[in-house]
Amino acid sequence: MIAFNKYYNHFNLLSSLLIVVSLLLLIFKGLNFGIDFKGGTLIELRASDSKINVGSLRDRFNQMDLGDVSVKKFGNDTDFLVKFENKDNKKKIIEEIKVNLDKSFGNNYDFRRVENVGPKVSAELLKSGVIAISLSLALMLIYIWVRFEWQFSLGAILALFHDVIVTLGVFSLFSLEINLSIIAAVLTIVGYSMNDTVVIFDRVRENLRKYSDIKIFELTNISINETLSRTIITSATTLLALLAIYFFGGEILKGFSLAMILGVVFGTYSSIYIANTVLVRLKVSQKTVLREDEKK
Amino acid sequence: MLYFSKLRILFITLFSVLFILIASSNLFKFDDNFFDKKINLGLDLQGGSYLLLEIDNEPVIEQKLQNLTTTIRNYFKEKNIKINNIKIENQYIFFNVIENDKQFVLEVFQDENSDLNPYYPRFKSHQLEIEDTGLNFKVNFSRQGLIKLKTSSQDQAIEIVRRRVDEVGTNEPNILKRGNNRILVELPGLDDPMRIKSLLGKTANLTFRFVTNDENDRFGVEKLKFENGLEEATVSKRIIISGENLLDAQPKMDTQNNQTIVSFTLDRVGAKRFGKATSTGIGKQLAIVLDGKIISAPVVRDTIASGSGQISGGFTFQTATDLALLLRSGALPAPLEIIEERTVGPDLGQDSINAGMIALAIGFMLVIIFMFVKYKIFGLITNITLIVNLFILLGVLTLFEATLTLPGIAGIILTVGMAVDANVLIFERIKEELKDETNTILAFDGGYTKSRTAILDANITTLLAAIILFFMGSGPVKGFAVTLGVGIFTTLFSVYFIARLFTSIYISRNKDKEKLI
Repeated sequence: MIAFNKYYNHFNLLSSLLIVVSLLLLIFKGLNFGIDFKGGTLIELRASDSKINVGSLRDRFNQMDLGDVSVKKFGNDTDFLVKFENKDNKKKIIEEIKVNLDKSFGNNYDFRRVENVGPKVSAELLKSGVIAISLSLALMLIYIWVRFEWQFSLGAILALFHDVIVTLGVFSLFSLEINLSIIAAVLTIVGYSMNDTVVIFDRVRENLRKYSDIKIFELTNISINETLSRTIITSATTLLALLAIYFFGGEILKGFSLAMILGVVFGTYSSIYIANTVLVRLKVSQKTVLREDEKK
Repeated sequence: MLYFSKLRILFITLFSVLFILIASSNLFKFDDNFFDKKINLGLDLQGGSYLLLEIDNEPVIEQKLQNLTTTIRNYFKEKNIKINNIKIENQYIFFNVIENDKQFVLEVFQDENSDLNPYYPRFKSHQLEIEDTGLNFKVNFSRQGLIKLKTSSQDQAIEIVRRRVDEVGTNEPNILKRGNNRILVELPGLDDPMRIKSLLGKTANLTFRFVTNDENDRFGVEKLKFENGLEEATVSKRIIISGENLLDAQPKMDTQNNQTIVSFTLDRVGAKRFGKATSTGIGKQLAIVLDGKIISAPVVRDTIASGSGQISGGFTFQTATDLALLLRSGALPAPLEIIEERTVGPDLGQDSINAGMIALAIGFMLVIIFMFVKYKIFGLITNITLIVNLFILLGVLTLFEATLTLPGIAGIILTVGMAVDANVLIFERIKEELKDETNTILAFDGGYTKSRTAILDANITTLLAAIILFFMGSGPVKGFAVTLGVGIFTTLFSVYFIARLFTSIYISRNKDKEKLI
């Protein structure tokens, strides 16, 4: 049996630190919102001429008076991602750009993807993204509240917040782009983290009923160990699937799968080191469960 | 938990085979209608254009209020009530009547059978709201009146949009209402939406009006720019004919001077009016005005009674074709603005499909190898279940002709990764049971029973997330919610029916074996 409980305090400290740092990052550095949430124009461009590179593209686009233009390589050497604000929301902007690029590069490039999100739509998308995440957290709260005693609910929700905040913190730290698919990833993380916590909690509760003489400090450790191989196998297979998406699923899914990978890692960790320590700190005992059983 | 009746086995087998067949209909062509179903590919996979248009209702409201001032004046004139100082300001109509008439005016506006102010019994609301400010009356559209107005202009606009898109001839466009002032246009397979965008960006309000120098024209005058933006002309507000009078419009080549023109045919009313105007206006300039700009202003040389004519204006063949198309499909009730556009080229779509499939294959292989190494024979059972699960999932998506997107493929891969969870929970529980229980069948039974709540909890939490995503997410992300959500059900089915069936067969044959799992 692995003594997970030996490190409860250490990891609680670490997690608190992670949350504080993430919150500071989110407040002061903020998130790097993509055009979905900020509005603007995105062009994925494939070049068939080596003359076209980040430098020459940046030069061209900067001459076009589009405001802040970002040009990046996208996957391989011939693909580029160009993003700009399109402040005045010019209607024929894409056509103008094409005419302009034709002058310098001829026909040696191709627009593979064009996205243009107006300010109204991006504001709505951001709003519905925030609502979706809040709603999912609320629903999870209700679900766990119905299923478990309040001490368990608190533990699960704290773990959930930890996972979401720290994942977003990592995205802020590395200025990774937040777009619609990241919202999907965060929601899935919420589901996964909850799922993982619930499996261990289920066992904790079962053991609480079974043993009256074991303290919660020990009991959580026993439960974690009993469910450990399931925890490892499930997170391993999920991670294998996600790594396959990350490495082979193409550039578009990179951010999404990265967020999910982080979420699964944090989710697994928090089920053990946050959710359970809450039970220990709230001194959950057999009485807690039995009292609840009587009520029902 | 481990007993299966013959009937049940038959049912499970038939069910699985059915869905595998449905799934495989994506690969083959069936004559039978039932099997001829396919998973739709989202625009991000097959390439295409997604345009979200917003109707700018301001001008419509303005126009309606303008018309209302006349209606109000005429309505009360018949009742011998004089309306004074009627004007429009900030989308309100203001007017005065003498003190004695005030009560009557208010009653007319609040009468449920009033023809001036229609009443919507369903919403318990009139079209217009009136307020007596003491100084004057203040009239504007009520909330319901505004909604009615917006939906009706949306209905008209979607019809025109459909006609224009159809005229361009893209395959299977998808045109839908969104809210009460937006229209969603999905154009599969279109990688350059430039032409459609420019066609949808035009209101195509066509009028024929005389150029005049008389500032005191009875109908009022306005200064309009020519299409080239350089010259200007003063044009009467009196409309001779408008786009509504057109029966047909076609691009043509004028053989005399080798110019591209648009020839048009008028309906009867239009032909009559056009004939009359051209007979009285010989020598005058007739301006052809499109969306507030003069295309050309030819001098009338002859009476045109044939009801057909032509517009010239230095067109190229393309611009003439587009103008004819716009005129044929009619004018939009209000200008449209493209507020969101997402276009994916077909080769990027194909690349996404390939990448998605490779990721699926590799993810699947990794999970299968991992499970086999970890659980041997039970790993094999899990793997068979996983494969059947994948087919059933594809079968369900096919049956409902769901739209598969790139995030949707990610959802399938994720389902593969998470689907083993339920089996693992069961197997691990069985292992524990076997420590204290010598009867293997009872141990297996216990494993299934005791793991059930954890499995249900785990899947319900994921399902909740998927449901929220389905209702809140947009476009491709919705596809992720669909595959993730459907994946949960197919996983539960395959774990509790297929995997359990294999497990029961295996242990009933090997129940005396020392180390089962």
